[in-house]
Amino acid sequence: MLRHVPQLINLFATLILLLSFAMISQRRIGSLINLFMMQGAALVAASWLLAYATQQPDLYWSGALTLLLKVVFIPWMLQRLIRKLNVRWDVETLINIPTTMLVGIALVIFAFGLALPVSRLSHSMAGGSLGIALACVLLAFMMMITRSKAVPQVIGFLSMENGLIFAATTATNGMPMIVEFGIALDVLVGVLILGVFMFQIREKFDSLDIHHLESLRED
Amino acid sequence: MNALFFVLGIPLLGSLVLALFGHRSFARDVNVLFSLLSFLAACVLTVQVINNGPAWYWSRQFYIDPLNVFLVTLTAFVSLSTAIFSRPYMLIEQDHGKMTPPRMRLYHSMYQLFGFTMLLGFTTNNLGLLWVAMEAATLTTVLLVSVYRTAASLEAAWKYFILCGVGIAQALFGTILLYMAAERVLGPENATLLWTNLNDIKAQLDPTIVTLAFVFLLIGYGTKVGLVPLHSWLPDAHAEGPTPVSAVLSGLLLNVAMYAVLRCKVLTDGALGTAMAGHIMMGFGLLSVTVAAFFLSRQKDVKRMFAYSSIEHMGLITFAFGMGTPVANFAGLLHMTVHSLVKSAIFFTVGHATQKAGTQMMSEIRGLIKVNPTVGWGLMIGVMAILGMPPFGVFASEFLILTTAMREQPWAAPFLFLALVVAFASILVRVLPMVFGDTELKPLAHPPALIPVFAHLLLALVLGLYIPPYLNGWYVQASKMLGS
Amino acid sequence: MSWLGAFSQSLALLTAVLLAPLLTGWVNACRARLQNKKPPSLLQPYRLLHKLFHKDSVMAEHASSLYRSAPYVIFACMLMACAIVPTLSTDLPLSPAADGIALVGLFALARVFMSLAAMDVGTAFGSLGARREMLVGFLAEPALLMVLFCASMITRSTSLTEIVETLAHRDLAIYPSLLLAGVAFTMVSLAENARVPVDNPDTHLELTMIHEALILEYSARHLALLEWAASLKLFVYSGIGLALFFPWGVAEANAPLALLLALPVLVFKLAIGGALMALIETLNAKMRVFRVPEFLGTAFLMAVIGLLVNVLLGVG
Repeated sequence: MLRHVPQLINLFATLILLLSFAMISQRRIGSLINLFMMQGAALVAASWLLAYATQQPDLYWSGALTLLLKVVFIPWMLQRLIRKLNVRWDVETLINIPTTMLVGIALVIFAFGLALPVSRLSHSMAGGSLGIALACVLLAFMMMITRSKAVPQVIGFLSMENGLIFAATTATNGMPMIVEFGIALDVLVGVLILGVFMFQIREKFDSLDIHHLESLRED
Repeated sequence: MNALFFVLGIPLLGSLVLALFGHRSFARDVNVLFSLLSFLAACVLTVQVINNGPAWYWSRQFYIDPLNVFLVTLTAFVSLSTAIFSRPYMLIEQDHGKMTPPRMRLYHSMYQLFGFTMLLGFTTNNLGLLWVAMEAATLTTVLLVSVYRTAASLEAAWKYFILCGVGIAQALFGTILLYMAAERVLGPENATLLWTNLNDIKAQLDPTIVTLAFVFLLIGYGTKVGLVPLHSWLPDAHAEGPTPVSAVLSGLLLNVAMYAVLRCKVLTDGALGTAMAGHIMMGFGLLSVTVAAFFLSRQKDVKRMFAYSSIEHMGLITFAFGMGTPVANFAGLLHMTVHSLVKSAIFFTVGHATQKAGTQMMSEIRGLIKVNPTVGWGLMIGVMAILGMPPFGVFASEFLILTTAMREQPWAAPFLFLALVVAFASILVRVLPMVFGDTELKPLAHPPALIPVFAHLLLALVLGLYIPPYLNGWYVQASKMLGS
Repeated sequence: MSWLGAFSQSLALLTAVLLAPLLTGWVNACRARLQNKKPPSLLQPYRLLHKLFHKDSVMAEHASSLYRSAPYVIFACMLMACAIVPTLSTDLPLSPAADGIALVGLFALARVFMSLAAMDVGTAFGSLGARREMLVGFLAEPALLMVLFCASMITRSTSLTEIVETLAHRDLAIYPSLLLAGVAFTMVSLAENARVPVDNPDTHLELTMIHEALILEYSARHLALLEWAASLKLFVYSGIGLALFFPWGVAEANAPLALLLALPVLVFKLAIGGALMALIETLNAKMRVFRVPEFLGTAFLMAVIGLLVNVLLGVG
């Protein structure tokens, strides 16, 4: 069984990457939140698997924290938010979806190329997945840029944090616990603030279209 | 119960207290009180460091050395003076109807919490906690920028959050990579992320990993410093938030981010042995200076203009640290100090000027000297100071930077010089009509607090003429450490 | 060329030709059952072919020789494809004639002839179908190539028989790139075989048909050959999928007993595959035609990522 652990971790890594791509091409916001939840679940599975294989209890806690935050609490909060805000569809993106996919592929190649020399030096058994983690971060970043509504931007931000936690897990078998707690706290507070903001934006502009937030420009 | 406990604990306590009572009439005074107490604690800490040298606290998790001791005191001081300035300013804002009681509570408690996160960022020895503090500082300032709840401020705060969130995430990736490089030498424990430990073994860190890490760290923390092209949050955040917030953003937050970059640069230089980190920083710095000067000349909103001035000065500081010679490092540290003091003083006066005129457009503010001589003179002197007039400190540091540039990187000196001249001309052309000229503005309802302004300017003047020996000693030691 | 090899080759070909309509019937029956309808008999496609072969062919006046010969060419392409895909055995003497890349080329040839023939008689539906078919094919072909390359990178060969042999003999391992390639392949085969969500095989509405529009003008034996060729295409695609992702149970060279076992194993695997395809068809709604490039683009990109993941992880 232990022999299969690196392959299983690679499998979860590929799943996370796949879900990142799925999130880029997804139009419906409800499904977007579900995809984000699945990504969190895959991340938790990878952490726990690595914890089992390397006998490090810290990773169990890290996985549990991710589970509580990214799989249970934040998706629940986001679902409630979109119900209250009554947003369902994000019809247009800044660039059309096939072009987004192509740019995504370019980002993936870039990330893999960047991370290849570094991942060879990693001690962790999941070291090869550093490139995948970086690719997920870049894809989430692109999602934040190309979306015109507030909720997908927030989900892109959260997905980027997912990618970073995954990078920490695969490159170094997790960061010290206090840092992980700090990061989790920051993410939680960040999402809460963003949630409040979305209500404010909705109140002011009667819509969550980010295009309304472009009045401050250089003259 | 050592001094550091008080330095960190008082703002935290203040934030909790003001979260409950921040809307009462005495809240503004309580805010000043807490800032005063933390400033005193910072002074005590400084005295301890003067007497005993660099120190660790709490099992080496916190570290005070020549690089951050004066920054801690500076932060506490500017927090105090901004709190004093904010007393009448926010009262007037409340009278104008721009602030409601719940938002005052939010404002005051976030103000103290922001102070806490900055002090945490300066004093922590743990690179991971440094990141957490930077992110927390971002979150608190996002809430502070949006406190007026206007459409423009929401937009500014949203953009700020998204851009800085992305930037900070890159910095986290850089931190992870740094941890990975460190783990290979020190093993996977909490002590591996301590900067002092990393500094001891920096020659053994793998160059490939550290190169990649530094790039991400520079991009990440550089977003918060305001380096072009990652700067677009800065003008909006400065223009749309309350003026005390603009003052602390320019004066303090940019410094923390710069400090984070410097800590990482020391490790990178040690690991790589080449000057690559310095070269990248010089590139970004030069780009920031020139682009900011160009944008500055086209601004019509006074706070945006000074925001671009902040970008320009931070670019200059980055360039100085990028050059890396002891003189350039010294100049950079001096510039960080005086820029913080002078820029916040300018924002204090600009804040009252905009309150009087009811607008931030420079074309509609006139004749400050006639209506309120202190505000007018404060702005005039502050602008003179920031533009590099002798004998203020900014002149000394800019002079040192330019001469070092002419010696070390002669190709860059013309750009720097040109940018500084363009900024000089643009700002002067716009400020002179604001200060002099005829006007129909009426005086403010409550007397503005202008002691902070003149205190800052006086300090900047003093630093231009005479640097106290212990401060000089710290600058020299820090420069040596940065250049090694 | 041993006579066992010749035997296994002809057995594979014969099985394909005979079983393909049964596979189509099975998929239709599963779909009907899933939709709570009474399923048609499994032998219904055979009855259809029998009926069509006994009819008289009716053709447009100005139909060219291309139009007349196209069904034969297409059927021949599919036969050739069946000959080289290792469904029953990897001992196929004809397999050196075409590897994975040439296989894609065979499909392309068939598609070109189909489209040209449809445009030949000049009806509106024909051009419509030809345009849409080319749209699908333009993206599906690279996707299929990438999928084959994923498998080739792991096994270091593009010949399908070698791929099957190598993969069947490896230890049970989880290859993430094959997972991605598998998802991509499913999407491509849904598109190429004119299944929901890309094309509805039952429809004759102008808004929705792709494959049906191409064969609308044909009748009698031509139509029979085209229907048979479509069934063969489904069979071949299923065979490729099984060869790349579930290669166990295929007989090797010089193993006559394994050959006997291979047939029931193949039937079993095809039955499951067909049922799964019917399930996918039932669960999805047909997507609008302008969304099809997105769908196929996704498949292509997933296959490319599979390749990249292979390079990055150093393993599969």
